[in-house]
Amino acid sequence: MNLTIHTTVLPHEDPDASVAFYRDVLGFEVRTDVGSGTMRWITVGPVDQPSTSILLGPPAVDPGITDDERRMITDMMAKGTYGWILLGSNELDATFDAVQASGAEVVQEPIDQPYGLRDCAFRDPAGNMVRIREVA
Amino acid sequence: MVRGSISAMTSPATGRSTVHSAEASRRRDLALLRRVRDRMDREYAQPLDVEALALGVNMSAGHLSREFKRAYGESPYSYLMTRRIERAMALLRRGDLSVTDVCFEVGYQSLGTFSTRFAELVGMSPSSYRQAAREMQGVPTCVVKQVSKPIRNGEAQAGDPHLA
Repeated sequence: MNLTIHTTVLPHEDPDASVAFYRDVLGFEVRTDVGSGTMRWITVGPVDQPSTSILLGPPAVDPGITDDERRMITDMMAKGTYGWILLGSNELDATFDAVQASGAEVVQEPIDQPYGLRDCAFRDPAGNMVRIREVA
Repeated sequence: MVRGSISAMTSPATGRSTVHSAEASRRRDLALLRRVRDRMDREYAQPLDVEALALGVNMSAGHLSREFKRAYGESPYSYLMTRRIERAMALLRRGDLSVTDVCFEVGYQSLGTFSTRFAELVGMSPSSYRQAAREMQGVPTCVVKQVSKPIRNGEAQAGDPHLA
């Protein structure tokens, strides 16, 4: 086996708002963009890492999901307890300043965590937690 | 087919669209509660109170407390206290600050309130915890993180030290 981590998925609520966040604020490139309306699937990722992508897609569209389950998922997205992702940056403080300056919702300013890493956190427009940790 | 989408709303006269509007409105309220919770995570060291938090999202303090508890299972006051104690535990484990320094660092104005709340959540006084943490040096951090997390919604029992 020679596996790579190719794509991870985060839900969006307003595709344009999510694209604006990942492209214009985080600086990712948009690789594919299919569908229309709220039914859009968009892949984004860092320019220098073409083999790893985040797929931004509509939540709870599997036809096997019931109305109650769909309601629960969208409620959890709204209250901020559903999707999250951990990104890395070798210039955490500068990254934090730039993302904060964009008007993104700050959850945590950069701090040294007791378990030995320095990180900060934001919300994306769909309520997903975007945590960024410092890497060498 | 557009499933579960707010954009599928049609005339306000139909029952289905009313359901959708109610859901959209509930999600907007939940997003406001999320902002309140995120603000407590971000500004826990500031002198925040429920009135100030409610004002920030144009709700009454009573409404915010009720809705927050319904969404997250605890009141905003309890969430803020737990958040402060959690940070205090981390700072006490670090060992370079006194209990008094930690108390003010995490947003408490009074050492008495801090110590009482700390003991309720952790099951021991801040100074005992600081001492116990010193004895934990060398234990893997993932284990420390697990055993040293404050208990939400359930006060620790007296005489039940998590670091024994």
